[in-house]
Amino acid sequence: MSLLTGLLYVLFAPIAGGLLAGIDRKLTARLQGRIGPPLLQPFYDVGKLLLKENLVVRRSQNLFMEFFLVMTIFTGALMFSGGDFLLVIFALTLAGVFFVLGGFKSSSPYSFVGAHREALQMMSYEPAVILVAVGMYMVTGSFQIKEIVQYPKALIFDLPGIFMALLFILPIKFRKSPFDLSTSHHAHQEIVKGITTEFSGRTLALIEIAHWYEYVLVLFIGYLFFANNFWWGAFLALVVFELVILVDNAAARVRWQWMLGGAWISALVLGGLNVIFLMLRS
Amino acid sequence: MGFMSKSPWVIHYDGSSCNGCDIEVLAALMPRYDLERFGIVNTGNPKHADILLLTGSINEQNRPVVRNIYDQMPEPKVVVAIGICATSGGIFRECYNVMGGADKAVPVDLYVPGCAVRPEAIIDAAVQAVGILEKKRAAMKVADRKKDHDTTDHH
Repeated sequence: MSLLTGLLYVLFAPIAGGLLAGIDRKLTARLQGRIGPPLLQPFYDVGKLLLKENLVVRRSQNLFMEFFLVMTIFTGALMFSGGDFLLVIFALTLAGVFFVLGGFKSSSPYSFVGAHREALQMMSYEPAVILVAVGMYMVTGSFQIKEIVQYPKALIFDLPGIFMALLFILPIKFRKSPFDLSTSHHAHQEIVKGITTEFSGRTLALIEIAHWYEYVLVLFIGYLFFANNFWWGAFLALVVFELVILVDNAAARVRWQWMLGGAWISALVLGGLNVIFLMLRS
Repeated sequence: MGFMSKSPWVIHYDGSSCNGCDIEVLAALMPRYDLERFGIVNTGNPKHADILLLTGSINEQNRPVVRNIYDQMPEPKVVVAIGICATSGGIFRECYNVMGGADKAVPVDLYVPGCAVRPEAIIDAAVQAVGILEKKRAAMKVADRKKDHDTTDHH
């Protein structure tokens, strides 16, 4: 964990994230009895979008999405270079805020609904993510990711409740069913594609690349629970990703009340009990 | 083969079709034919789309709607008239309210006749459409370079 790993993230996260997106599309197609697109399809999509004309309602709408990408890269670089977990969470939130503002700025009824839903999603996952940082601090005694990954035991044994709370909110961050309310990788004709309604061409490509960075970033939070062994950690993080895709194909989209309530209750009950247990133990 | 032809996203608009062709369009996206093999996604949003699939004939009511969808699509874009009604008006062409095929509203690149059109024909049209997309992209690049060249000349 050093500046070098941060740099590696900036360079290679989009490649890894794009491949993950490709695996997702292929696996989803197979689960639906289709052959599906080639593995590299997400790269083709982004390559094509970069060649298209960039239509805008207001010029500043693109600026917000560019900042969304920049902040997401910054968050990931901070995380992979072993920075402060709390700072990572705040930077991640700021990136999300730019995404929401971009949706509002483009002033179409669809992107308004999408932006509202994205804001609701942020409200839903925030408590669980903060509990991850709190739990890891209580076990390892540090908010520095550098020190968290050097903890000799796998954190999952001390934080099973918090890990389950994180599993619950992962579909929100991956934009998967049952919590793909603001923008989905399927259902392109529905309102759930709302937030990106007014974005086309290069800006849409940037949003997609930002999501790839996010994929790797969020998987790394899962990896932290098994960080004492790199290969097991990486393997289990991928297993978690496949699990999210399976749930995506098996579950229907829920109403936002269910998402918000479910995420908060799971975070407060599972994560809260976990924290209380840790407090009693120490 | 550039990226343009590897990820054609379509938008489908039903002008005044009887739904026969619409069902065939959707059937082409379903597991049996699975157009996503070629990277084709049904976007439902003109700003994300590359190919406009039009079914049904054009009348005074839907002409501005079709025109609006077409105008909102970013360049390069291709219009495909699906079915005989979108090609020429079909059996409805003599109706008092029908103006004719899709080319009465927007420039059409490909005509796919049939009543209803078969999914195989739609797949064939999609494959031809990506070729046209590539050509239009190349033309765009030339036009851009010419524009840059012209502006430097003026200064």
